[in-house]
Amino acid sequence: MFPLRLCDIRFQPNGRSVLDGIELELGGEGITLVLGPNGAGKSVLLRTICGLLEPTGGRIDWGGGARPHLGVMMVFQHPMMLRASVLENVALALKPHGIPRVERRRRAARMLDRVGLLARASESARLLSGGEQQRLALARAWVTAPRLLLLDEPTASLDPSATAEVERIVREIRTDGTRILMTTHNLGQATRLGDDVVFMSAGRVREHASVQRFFSRPASDEARLFIQGELPWRMTF
Amino acid sequence: MLRRMYGLAATFADAFALLATFDHRAVEIAVLSLQVSGSAVILGTVIGLPLGACLAVGRFPGRSAALVVVSGLMGAPSVVVGVVVYLVLSRSGPLGGLGMLYTPAAMVVAQTLLVVPLMAAIARQIIDDSWQRYAEEFRAMRFTWMQSVTTLLYDCRHSLLVAVLAGLGRAMSEVGAVMIVGGNIDHATRVMTTAIALETSKGDLPLAIALGIVLVAVILVLNAAAFAMRGWAMRRYG
Repeated sequence: MFPLRLCDIRFQPNGRSVLDGIELELGGEGITLVLGPNGAGKSVLLRTICGLLEPTGGRIDWGGGARPHLGVMMVFQHPMMLRASVLENVALALKPHGIPRVERRRRAARMLDRVGLLARASESARLLSGGEQQRLALARAWVTAPRLLLLDEPTASLDPSATAEVERIVREIRTDGTRILMTTHNLGQATRLGDDVVFMSAGRVREHASVQRFFSRPASDEARLFIQGELPWRMTF
Repeated sequence: MLRRMYGLAATFADAFALLATFDHRAVEIAVLSLQVSGSAVILGTVIGLPLGACLAVGRFPGRSAALVVVSGLMGAPSVVVGVVVYLVLSRSGPLGGLGMLYTPAAMVVAQTLLVVPLMAAIARQIIDDSWQRYAEEFRAMRFTWMQSVTTLLYDCRHSLLVAVLAGLGRAMSEVGAVMIVGGNIDHATRVMTTAIALETSKGDLPLAIALGIVLVAVILVLNAAAFAMRGWAMRRYG
């Protein structure tokens, strides 16, 4: 699967350029944070890698092979919750893996333990708080032991303590050997979690650097303005 | 005027007396009605709900035409369905050899054909709403088409009670099709709706009213049960 190479990826629905020639290479380890102003194309980039959107141009090279059927998971900003128990919502993700129901539930329970939700396993998932639902969504992705995990602003609407808990889980998932690509608007989170940063604007990757270098010596004016909080929404250069 | 009111009150009193004494004719007819309509609704649930889910999730050539056909058949006149089933099951029809005409089985077939489009159309609408919300996540998890359908049916199980109740209401209140394919034969194929029509025409109003009360009561009780179940589900699952 790795190195994952995005070669001149374009996504231009109805002639509108959302991704404009994305070039990116990801190795097999670590956490990469995708930063950029609203409308930069971050979420579309993740959806394209996940296979939810078909690029209108370019290609994705999965370590020299085809896109793996399983092994790539995505967690959304507002994860869906079935009208079912917390346990069933996690076990759900193992359905496509052909695992028997009893084993699915056993693995789901083990995963709920790791995200601190085992005590609530039998409760309705829809009645969990936002932070708990996001932990459930992470458990649902993690239980499949993905090689690549795509996180689309998983802490965007969470309070600081829920955010800290999500960050702890993300670190654990990484320690388990999962490669993580995550979008965020939280620059503090980027410094806490990230190994490297991909900075996007106007559908292009403007910069790909280590976290330390990106925040200490941004290579572009756009990145510098973004870090300083001065980059206007959808500013184009 | 007063005499007419008295006559009407006496008729209702006779009807309640029939119910209070569990009149064997009324009981026999009510039980057969429940058996026929219940069987049709069970078959309608097994066929109609998955069909609705498939129409909601599936993207295939001719889907729009299928949606139009299902929606159109939702309002198909029951006598037309009755005639079609009659032609198919009559001795000279393609399934005439089964000898089903004028049996409760024929009535089940006719009512099933009536409720399937209705239940499928309602199920499609309910499941489509959920599908719009879940589609991306299901695709991200690499769900197959069939896994999406079964998961959505499970997720919408409480809302789909509406479709089941609508099917039951249509089946139990239907008279034209069962009259044609059942023949309204005493002790064999007489159900509440056909008996009410017959007894009213004969002037035996107490039995007709008694059966009408049973019919309405059954539908009300089932609706109340479904309403209570939905309320419980909303509190339990959000």
